[in-house]
This record gives sequence, structure tokens and C-alpha cells, in this order.
Amino acid sequence: MTDPVLKTQGISKSFGALRASRDISIDLFPGEIHAVIGPNGAGKSTLIGQICGTLKPDTGSVQLLGRDVTHETARARARVGLGRTFQISSLAMEDTVLQNALLGALGASGRPWRFWKDALNDKDLRATAEEALLRVGLEGQARMRTAELSHGQRRQLEVAVALTLRPKALVMDEPMAGMGAEGSKRLTGFLDVLRQEAPILLVEHDMDAVFALADRISVLVYGEVIATGTVDEIRSDAAVQEAYLGEDA
Amino acid sequence: MIRETYVNALTLLLLVAIPLWAVFMDEPFTITLMTRAAIFAIAAIGLNIALGIGGLVSLGHAVFFGIGGYAMGILAHHAQTYTPLAEWPFLIDGTKSMPLIWLVAIACSALAALVIGALSLRTTGVYFIMITLAFGQMFFFFAISWAEYGGEDGLSIYIRNGFPGLNTLAPIQFYGLCFVLLCLVLLFAWKLSKSPFGLALNAARQAPMRVETVGLDPKRVKLVAFVISGVITGLAGALFADLNRFVSPTMFSWQTSGEIMIFIILGGVGRLFGPVVGALAFVALEHWLGGLSDYWHIYLGLLLLVIVLFGRGGLIGMVSGREAVHD
Amino acid sequence: MSLILLIEQVLNGLQFGIMLFLMAAGLTLIFGVMGLINLAHGSLYMIGAFCAAAVAAASGSFILGLIAALAGAALAGALVELVVIRRLYDKDHLDQVLATFALILIFSEGTRWIFGSFPLFLNVPEFLSGPVTLPGGIEYPLYRLTLIVIGLLVALGLYLLISKTRLGVQIRAGENDREMIGALGVDIAMLYTIVFALGAALAGLSGALVGAIQSVQVGMGEPVLILAFVVIVIGGIGSIKGALIGAILVGLTDTLGGIFLPEALKLFFDPSTATSIGSSLASMAIYILMAAVLILRPAGLFGARA
Repeated sequence: MTDPVLKTQGISKSFGALRASRDISIDLFPGEIHAVIGPNGAGKSTLIGQICGTLKPDTGSVQLLGRDVTHETARARARVGLGRTFQISSLAMEDTVLQNALLGALGASGRPWRFWKDALNDKDLRATAEEALLRVGLEGQARMRTAELSHGQRRQLEVAVALTLRPKALVMDEPMAGMGAEGSKRLTGFLDVLRQEAPILLVEHDMDAVFALADRISVLVYGEVIATGTVDEIRSDAAVQEAYLGEDA
Repeated sequence: MIRETYVNALTLLLLVAIPLWAVFMDEPFTITLMTRAAIFAIAAIGLNIALGIGGLVSLGHAVFFGIGGYAMGILAHHAQTYTPLAEWPFLIDGTKSMPLIWLVAIACSALAALVIGALSLRTTGVYFIMITLAFGQMFFFFAISWAEYGGEDGLSIYIRNGFPGLNTLAPIQFYGLCFVLLCLVLLFAWKLSKSPFGLALNAARQAPMRVETVGLDPKRVKLVAFVISGVITGLAGALFADLNRFVSPTMFSWQTSGEIMIFIILGGVGRLFGPVVGALAFVALEHWLGGLSDYWHIYLGLLLLVIVLFGRGGLIGMVSGREAVHD
Repeated sequence: MSLILLIEQVLNGLQFGIMLFLMAAGLTLIFGVMGLINLAHGSLYMIGAFCAAAVAAASGSFILGLIAALAGAALAGALVELVVIRRLYDKDHLDQVLATFALILIFSEGTRWIFGSFPLFLNVPEFLSGPVTLPGGIEYPLYRLTLIVIGLLVALGLYLLISKTRLGVQIRAGENDREMIGALGVDIAMLYTIVFALGAALAGLSGALVGAIQSVQVGMGEPVLILAFVVIVIGGIGSIKGALIGAILVGLTDTLGGIFLPEALKLFFDPSTATSIGSSLASMAIYILMAAVLILRPAGLFGARA
């Protein structure tokens, strides 16, 4: 078996008395989509924070491409090749769609200290940005203000910005949230292809998408991974039935 | 609605036409007023880079204005009294040369902006406002207690400093110099706003977390912007000192910081010509209202309130509407 | 340097700090509950001082002057909140800074217009003038000592108000969750006006009390305002306890620095150099203190972690 691209090893994190992550070990292999599901308050955001570097685990380690990044900042992890999309869009809303994509390209270029040349006329930046927009199907909206995009389109833009970084691994926080059925279906199809390029750790509420996409699923309850397995294994797992799926069924 | 480009062009035209008209009519005071406006505009363009693009509400930009002023005052003071500025570790003399003075003003402002920025950017929001205001006050009190350079009374420089090839004593020539610098600074601010750095700074204002996730450091981007901003305001301070041939702690005062901010708001936040239009409007108001009433600040205050509460785009926003999408 | 002088200076620093606390408490309360940065707080300080000076001069009673200061500043505060400030709560910090800066211009020039540019004088009342002998034989002005006592009483009152009363419960709720207090059926608009007026009254009181030992003039409020900001940065935004401790730290640093830095430097330099460097350094001491706190604890000593 190949080495995992992304791996957490026994990470724990507490906020006062609240143990938001308990000894979580999760890995992500090339070409796969690994979904993390769990009820509200299960600690999904805390887990993402630790993987992406906005939170420091109390114990345990995070490895990216075989490198220990536990003590690295979010931007250092981004430079190593970790792409991220946010649950609540964090785009530059007053800027155009193209400018947001250009920012990603600029980050990937690692050369922001240029004060004279027009960013929009920079061939390399522009090519990277436009390619990413094309891939998520936003090429027609490039000149629109981001604030004018629909909810679903902002999700697409989030993905596009992550793509400009040519990530080696992706962490996506509920990319389907608030999307219509059509948009969801389209994004599902896109992620299905994207996994070959960069494996995806997918935190998602939309069960149809999770069951359609995931190679493996981990179920997070009260900060703990209670089960990891294929779709079928998870569907038939008694503990999961009781703790989580039971509520919906 | 008039397009913003036309408003900008008209502003530039006024900056050229009014002083020429004043030369023709022999109205040197008008030239002085225009010089004042041009210098204020440079100071405000500086602040606008931090404030308008970077979202850094600095209420301490008087620090840089004052440092620029004192750089001129101290260097010229030593030159006119024929005393060296320092004898150790090596001899440094004062100077009456503007380019040299500007270089010193720029270097000192950059250093101060680096230190103040690095400290202030450890926090955000209201903390940042309060801290920049406090650092401004620190320099103000320092200048007051610095007896060697005039303390509270400040320093008078008897003859305006020189610029190679120009007679800076002629109001129109000094104005021309300030106008050229204003144009250069405008050009730089315009290029910067569209540059890769401007893109990153603009995003750092709106979504710092996003900047972080693409692998850039939003704080460093803001710090560099703060330094650039301070340098430009510092240059304006040196020019302002030369205009008045006088520097005093007032240049460091919180009112000065507030006024530099007012120029931007009057004209329009984040707009290229906002600071220029605002500075022109301010000097005009100061002149006309100041002539009508000793208490003209009341009217300035009311105008400012109206703009903040009802017309966020400033004067440019009122005539040309919402800012167009850049492309 | 004698012990007596030291104690005297410590008391002076304490008195200065306590008066700063009255300013900082109002500012931090207003920021905590309404999320507003109010530059015009110094104007309310000035209004309090002018009300006290005018009424005390007309009536001959210092106490009436103090009452006028409290009432005048609270009234001005409530009025400003109703007309201008409440339009600023949902605006960004820049708008708040500018609008309240505009208010400073209006208040300062308005006061100059009414009272002229010359300072007014407010005398220390007869029954509080003169020195008092403290244990250990230290003579200290009774009025300054009274200021310390009044300030500490106000601090205690604020503590009781916030921890024990219904209004206090609402204020704390407002600091934590603005939407929540609406849901609890509290009249938010009313609460905001009351909190703003309370902060204004504290500023007015402080202005009047200090007015009796300094001159009462236009522009007296802003330097105090900026020092109050330093206090808040040091203490942490929204924390009354932080405001009290920050204020005392700033008061002591400023007063003691002004006395001891030049003295200490005389050990290394000749007296005139020491005095000039020392006084320059002393004028910067509280800002250096602020910078140190920023480096060690960016959210202030008692601030919530951002």
C-alpha cells in the first residue's frame, strides 16, 4: 500500500472542560475521498482546524506528504500543498471572481512583493486563475463581483481558489451546503474526477453526496472517531446506527 | 452621474489651472493654498494605502507627518546654525538640500512605521485604532520635551531649502515641485492598487483567513503596506515643513492624524483621487468658512457627520456613484 | 530622595490613575456593550468640567457644580446617543471614528463659542482645601485624597451595579450576545441610551473633579481620552477590573517616571543632560509600558483572548 498523503496521529484538543477532539487518527490516501460525518457539535470544525493549522492540537501529530507539520502555520501547510475550502465562504466579496482566483494563483507563485506590474496582465497568474475558473464552470462569471454570485457559485469559487494552489491534498468543509440539487449533482461529478489529482478529506452533511463519493467514511461523535470503513461497512455498523444514522432513519 | 475618470481628470486640470491663473493674476496666496492642498493630498494618499486598501484605521499617521517635518527642521536647523548634527561616530552636518532631506525623512518614517506597525498589528479592530492614536501622542509629547529642537515652540527655518535647478523661494516653482511629487505618488498608488501586492492587500482587508490559506501572510502584507503608507506621509511632512518654514509638535498631534483621515473621507475612501479631492475641499473650506466664522470647525464637523451618516462615498461618490468594478 | 516624597508621589499617581479609571470605565463599558469606539468621550469630560465651573461660579456651591457636571454630561451623552451614536452601532470602526471625531469638533468649537477661549477656574471647596496629616506625619492635600476615595467608591458602585442589579445583568448579557438580550425582552435601544449616559456621567464627574486642580478649558478632554485608551489597551477591552488596574498602572508610571527617571539618570549623566533625557523618557514611559503589554499579552492583561 502507498503512503498516506495526509495523516493525523492521535490528536486531541480541549477547550476548557470540553474535549473537542479525542485521540483522532485519520488518514487520506492518493486517489481517495475520505468523508468525515457526524452530528452537529461532534468536533468536525475543530478537527479541520487542526489539520489545516489554525488550531494546535494538545497532543498528537499531523503529517502532510510524510512531513510532520504539527507545528507549522496554516500558510506553511498551504505551501506544502494543502488546499482548503471553507464552510462559510471567506472570499474577498468586493473583488471580482477573477481577482479571487488570481489571489490563489499569487499565493501559489509565492511572489506577492511586486508593486508595479498589473496583476490582471500577468500571464502566468492569469492562466492559472482562468484555468481553475474554467474547471469549476465559473469562466462566464469572471468579471462579476463575488458578492453578486449565488450561494452555490461561491462554493464553486472556493473550490477554484483551492485548485489554483495545485494542491496535493484537499480539505473541504461542507462544500455542498446550501447548494440546490442541480449544483450538488454537478459538484459531486466534479469531485469524483478531482480525487485522482488530489485526494479529498470531505466533511459533509449531504448524505447522498457522501455515499455517492466516499471511498471510506469516518464517523465522528463527541470528538471521537467511532468507526472508519467503506460505505457498506458504515451503513451496517451498529454503533453508527445507534449514535448517528439512527436519528435520521 | 459623471464617470470617476472624468472627475479625476477635472481634479488634475484644476491642480494645474488654478496656480497658473494665480501667477497670471499675481495672487501668491492662492498658490500657497494650492501647495498646502497638494501636500495634504500626498499625506492622505499615503494613509489611503493603509486605510483604503488595507483597512488599517490608523489614527496615528501624524507620527510620520511629524517625523518628515522634524527631519527637515533638524537638518536645516543645523545647516543654518553651522553646527554639526553629530560628531560621533563620524561627522554629520545639517543640510539645506531638499532631496537629501526627503531621503532622511523617508528613511526615518519607514523605520518608525516598521516598529509601530509591527507592534500595532499584533492586534486588530478598535485596539489598532487606540494604539496608533497612543503612539501618535507619544511622539507628540516627546517632541514637546525635546528642548534641543525648540520643545513646545518648535523650530523656525529662515530660508526655504533648495532643490537643484529650481528657485524654491518662488511660490509657483515650489508648487510645481510639490505637484510633480503628487503626480508621482498618485501614479505609484495607482500601480500599487492593481499590482499583485495590491491584490493581496485588498484581500487581506476583506478576508485575512483566505490570504492565509493560499499561503501568504496577511499580517506581513499589511505591515509592508503600513510602511509604504508611513513613508509617503513622511515625505509630505517634509514638504509641509518647507512650505511653512516651521516645524512644531502640532505636526504630531492627534488633530493632525484626524485631519489626514478627514481628507480621505471628504473625497472618498479607497478611491485613487479621494485624498486629492478631499484635501482640495478641506483647504477650500478652511479658507472660505474660516473667513466667515472663527468657529468654522463646527461646520466642518457637521459636514463630516453628514458624509459619514448619509454619503459614504465622499464627494467623488456623490458625483460619480458607486465605484465601478476594476478591470 | 525621602520616603515621604515617595509616598506623596505614589498617592499622586494613584489619584491620577483613579481619575483615568472613571474615563476608561465608561469607554470600556460602551465598547463592551455596544461595540462602539467613542472618541467624543473626552468631550463629555470637558462638558462635565464646564458645567461644574459655570454652576459653581453662579451658585457658589461646589457640590451643586458636581451635580451639574453629572447631570449635564449624562444629558449631553443621552442626547448625542439618541441623535447620532445609535446610527453608528452597525457601522464599521472607521465610520465610528470619523463620526465621533466630528462630534469632538462640534463640541469643542461649540464650547469655545459659548465660553470663549480663556480657561475657567473651578476652586477646591473650602471644606476640602488644605492638607491633611496622614499616619506617619505625611501632609497630603485633602482634596486629592478625596478624589481617590470618590474614585474607589465609584469603582465599588460599578462593581455592585454590574454584578448585583437587573441593569447589570442586561449589560453583561449585552456584552456576550446582542441578539440574545433582544430575545429576552429587554428594550435594547433604552439599554444603550442608559449605558451611554452612564459612561458620559462618569466622564463628566471625572472632568469636574480634575477641573478643580487644573484649568477648565477647551481641548482638556482629548489628552485624557488618549490616556484612557492606553489604559484600555493595557487592561483589556470590556473589562472594568482591567480598566481599574490599567488606570492605576498608567497613573503610577506617569507620575513616578516623571520624578524618578531624571533622578536615576543623574547617576550616569551630568544633571542637565539627565534632566532633559529623563523628562523625554518619562513622557514616553506609559507608551513603553503599553508596548510591553502588547508584546506579552496582545489582548491586554484582563482581555478575553481574541
